[in-house]
Amino acid sequence: MILLTLRALTSYWRRHRGQLLALLAGLTLATALWSAVQAINGQARSDYVRAAQQLGGTEQTFLARADGGAIPMDSFAQLRRAGWRVSPVMEARVVVGNLRLRVTGLDPFTAAPGTLPPVMAQQLASDPASVMTAPGRGFAAPELVAQLPAESLLPPLDPTPGLPPREIVTDISTVAALPDAELVRLSLHPQQPRFQTPLEQIAPDLVLQAGTGRVDATRLTDSFHLNLTAFGLLSFAVGLFIVHAGIGLAFEQRRATVRTLRALGVPLRTVMIALLVELLCLALIAGGAGVLLGYLLAAALLPDVAATLRGLYGAAVGDGLLFRPVWALSGMAMAVLGTGTAAATGLWALARMPLLASARPRAWSRVSERALWMQAAFGLFLLGLGVVAAWALDGLVAGFTLLGGLLLGAALMLPLSLALVLRLGRSQARSVLGAWFWADAQQQLRGLSMALMALMLALATNIGVGTMVSSFRLTFTGWLDQRLAADLYISARSEEQGAAITDWAQASRLRLLPLVSAEQTLSGRPGDIFGVKDDPLYRDSWPLIAAIAEPWDALHDAGAVLINEQLARSAALWPGQEITLAPGWRVPIAGVYSDYGNPKAQAIVALPELESRFSGLPRLRFGLIAPDTESARTQLQDLGLSQGQITDQAGIKAFSLAIFEQTFAVTAALNVLTLAVAGFAIFTSLTTLAALRLPQLAPVWALGKPRAALARLELLRAVLLAGLTYVLALPVGLALAWSLLAVVNVEAFGWRLPMFLFPSQWVWLGLAALLAALLAAALPARRLARRSPADFLRVFANER
Amino acid sequence: MNAKPLWRALRPMIWGAALLAVLAAWPASPQAQGFAGLGSAAEGFALPEPRALSFPEDHGAHPAFRIEWWYLTANLSDAEGTDYGVQWTLFRSAIAPERGSSWRSPQLWLGHAAITTPQEHFPMERFARDATGQADVVADPFSAWIDEWQMTAPEGSPGISALTLRAGAERAAYDLTLTADGPLIAHGEAGYSIKSEGGQASHYYSQPFYTVSGTLHLPDRSVDVTGQAWLDREWSSQPLEGDQTGWDWVSLHLSGGHKVMAARVRDGAGSYTFGTWITADGSARALTDTDITLTPQETHTVAERTLPTTWRVELPAEGVDVTIEAVNRDAWMALSVPYWEGPVTVKGSHDGRGYLEMTGY
Repeated sequence: MILLTLRALTSYWRRHRGQLLALLAGLTLATALWSAVQAINGQARSDYVRAAQQLGGTEQTFLARADGGAIPMDSFAQLRRAGWRVSPVMEARVVVGNLRLRVTGLDPFTAAPGTLPPVMAQQLASDPASVMTAPGRGFAAPELVAQLPAESLLPPLDPTPGLPPREIVTDISTVAALPDAELVRLSLHPQQPRFQTPLEQIAPDLVLQAGTGRVDATRLTDSFHLNLTAFGLLSFAVGLFIVHAGIGLAFEQRRATVRTLRALGVPLRTVMIALLVELLCLALIAGGAGVLLGYLLAAALLPDVAATLRGLYGAAVGDGLLFRPVWALSGMAMAVLGTGTAAATGLWALARMPLLASARPRAWSRVSERALWMQAAFGLFLLGLGVVAAWALDGLVAGFTLLGGLLLGAALMLPLSLALVLRLGRSQARSVLGAWFWADAQQQLRGLSMALMALMLALATNIGVGTMVSSFRLTFTGWLDQRLAADLYISARSEEQGAAITDWAQASRLRLLPLVSAEQTLSGRPGDIFGVKDDPLYRDSWPLIAAIAEPWDALHDAGAVLINEQLARSAALWPGQEITLAPGWRVPIAGVYSDYGNPKAQAIVALPELESRFSGLPRLRFGLIAPDTESARTQLQDLGLSQGQITDQAGIKAFSLAIFEQTFAVTAALNVLTLAVAGFAIFTSLTTLAALRLPQLAPVWALGKPRAALARLELLRAVLLAGLTYVLALPVGLALAWSLLAVVNVEAFGWRLPMFLFPSQWVWLGLAALLAALLAAALPARRLARRSPADFLRVFANER
Repeated sequence: MNAKPLWRALRPMIWGAALLAVLAAWPASPQAQGFAGLGSAAEGFALPEPRALSFPEDHGAHPAFRIEWWYLTANLSDAEGTDYGVQWTLFRSAIAPERGSSWRSPQLWLGHAAITTPQEHFPMERFARDATGQADVVADPFSAWIDEWQMTAPEGSPGISALTLRAGAERAAYDLTLTADGPLIAHGEAGYSIKSEGGQASHYYSQPFYTVSGTLHLPDRSVDVTGQAWLDREWSSQPLEGDQTGWDWVSLHLSGGHKVMAARVRDGAGSYTFGTWITADGSARALTDTDITLTPQETHTVAERTLPTTWRVELPAEGVDVTIEAVNRDAWMALSVPYWEGPVTVKGSHDGRGYLEMTGY
């Protein structure tokens, strides 16, 4: 019985292959976008976890000095004796060739299980003496091992994938032998004894710090992944609109079949089971295809994502995508659940259909005006919730609650807004045809509202992300122009070469700016202190966003400091206040400069000041101001420098911009896809409506309006609705852009971007939206224009 | 003539195995170049020689020797008479007979501790590098520690005649006060204890006369306890070689104030038993295989190993014929080297209590 019923019901699809295809395509596309994003996120996250484990437990909570100074050995012993299970981490800097490396020493005796790099742990288990006896053993990223010459200062190195590019991990005794090795932090064992003396009684200068202070890839890239997830979810929602439209139509058109089946004695249960089986099959087919497509999409996008994450945040993400059964299952589950959600209203209507009532088709998603108001009120509530969350909460959660509330709220308020505009249009109409046009648009709005909401979301996202990317790009290039003001950037292989370059520049009367820095914890954040020479270049072009009067004089004459925006915002330190740069080195802040894309804290002091505080800082990198860069380059090569050691400003800019462009390449790709999916949703909705709207159109036709004119009006109506949606999406998009730049960005990266408006982009997007609507409406309109007059007449035959 | 505390001399082998990884891994110093494994001769290390013990210096560490320990076991009971056991052990192990600067010193420390109740057993373990302050022993005023675990003489008390004792981990901890009401017992010839096989020797003394009071912190409750404790101090440089598969050792506090220590070393062929009889007034007499017998009775399976947790101890010359039974048969020290160590009750010709250690099962 079920099989027979199923055959009777599915015969519909054989007669409507196009509709079946659209339905499957929509569901496939939605599942594909969703699973692609999930695959990328999953891969990146698992790579972070792997990398974090190999960093030697930097995910752990640790104790460090608030001023970033070295921890005295006494503090370690006192903490241990007071019941604190802490493990020492000692660091030293070494310079090998032109590479500045950090050597990190861990103590296997006290380290929490699983916090040593796996290769080190294996080596300790198989041959502990090789790790813990002189000369010891170093563990470093394979690229670094390949790069380093055999060097007497360093222990033999083992390639260890996943370690940061400039880091060597060793046993603590190996680091302790290096000059200037310092105890920089004490990692906390996850399990602590029952009785401990409070920290402030033992080591009041130490503060508890959560997570890693170094490459905090997870936090930095959170916004990127949330961004991707939001897009994935959005695409899925848009895809569901298509499915909803498709299934709705199929159910609607099969009411007669269902009635006949029921009249023949098929129980309702059997019909419902048959429909559910049919839906499940559709969902599984489309879900399977979607998961496959999503995998391919993710595989295609992942190298870009990986490059972005590596380039911008230094997060180690491999290019390879692993197939995860859990991921595939979740994709299928989303497809099945989505189909179920989309079909729920249709199934409900069929289940409640009176057996002997005439199977008259009706608009399957009739929405009363009251419901529109309710929906809009809920939208307003969501919007308010987002604003309140942004105001009351901190962190990325606040930013994304604001975004979610904004987008969903605006989308929910769209149908009512459109209905009000259309009502206004109707009241202004002067001709009968005009009045009918507006009224008909109002009536059609009910069937189209889902698709239009999808379009609105797509447009708003497009405007928002587009504005953000363009603002970012404009600010970033301007900033690069300022920051990379020197003509050539030179890195020396050794201090001797550095000295030779200095001599040469003096002899040639060229302005040479040494770029000297020391790594230092600044207000509890990992950072660098740079020393700068007093040069007009800095005074003229350094991008200060806040400063006291004459900041450069204060820097060079009064020992003041400039700090980057990240540090200023995270530590809430602004010009006029003081900052501790190192133990016993507390200085006033003269200014704050923007420092985009840098995850670390940074400070700038006068060069002599820095060199007096940190002995032995090598002068290896220089900026050179040379009117004739080509001749300067030739002369430098005569000094023995290779091409690779000399980079011109344009090269650095191009490289920086390339990294930056990649960041948003994936976002842009998803943006286009989302818009396409929204267009597709309009198309399927219009196709669905076309069949249902015949009773509305037939009287107009009978009154003498040609079919072609009716078709033109259909097109006009679609364009009008899309246009109105676009106009309403514009402010939502700009609000979205503002939230991204001023809320999410500050929370995620620590800097705020100025917002620039790009009206030309809006025009193009508006045209794209209209074009999409036009394309989506074209086929149904063409069908209408070619519709047989007999079909129109049949409406009056009163046969139903 | 005292019986040679062979079992004690064997301990370095076992602890050595536990420490192999860390020991073998120590930063090499010229003196340690010859070090190739624990079985080899102790190059550069001091050797025990007949000399009188000298206090308070000998309470402290002897870095010129290869291995050394401060080993305390306590039998305790609460107001209801429930039996508890406590262990506190600090080992010093050296790769080279010297102490280097911080992090690079060729010596290391290992702490073992346990609380045993009739139902539960909480073994704990700590490792530390030498010369960082994380673990050390100071002779005067006496203090031994690894992390927050400590065995310290209260201010003003001479030598080790009084101690505060602390150890703990996430789930359990203890805090005890000890007072000795008897003299130190020097084993062998005034503390120079010659091993019977191969001529190896150690410096060895005990303080078996502690009375104890304090608190045990268990996961769900804290218990006030009182009882007795026994401290062993020994240092040497030569781990014993041999085909011994393990040993069984007991220290018993008998009614009447007598104490007995007995050990039974097992090898492929059989076993050899020896011990020390200590009277209430603190005089000691060595026991040999013919003086004392240890006979396994009932066995019990713990951590997939079957071992005897009930023993018969016979010392006819002193009229001792007792059965000792584990307070908690599951007192398994599941640490980097696993062994069985826990409190026992004594019944028979004498009543009393004590500690049982079994290795090599």
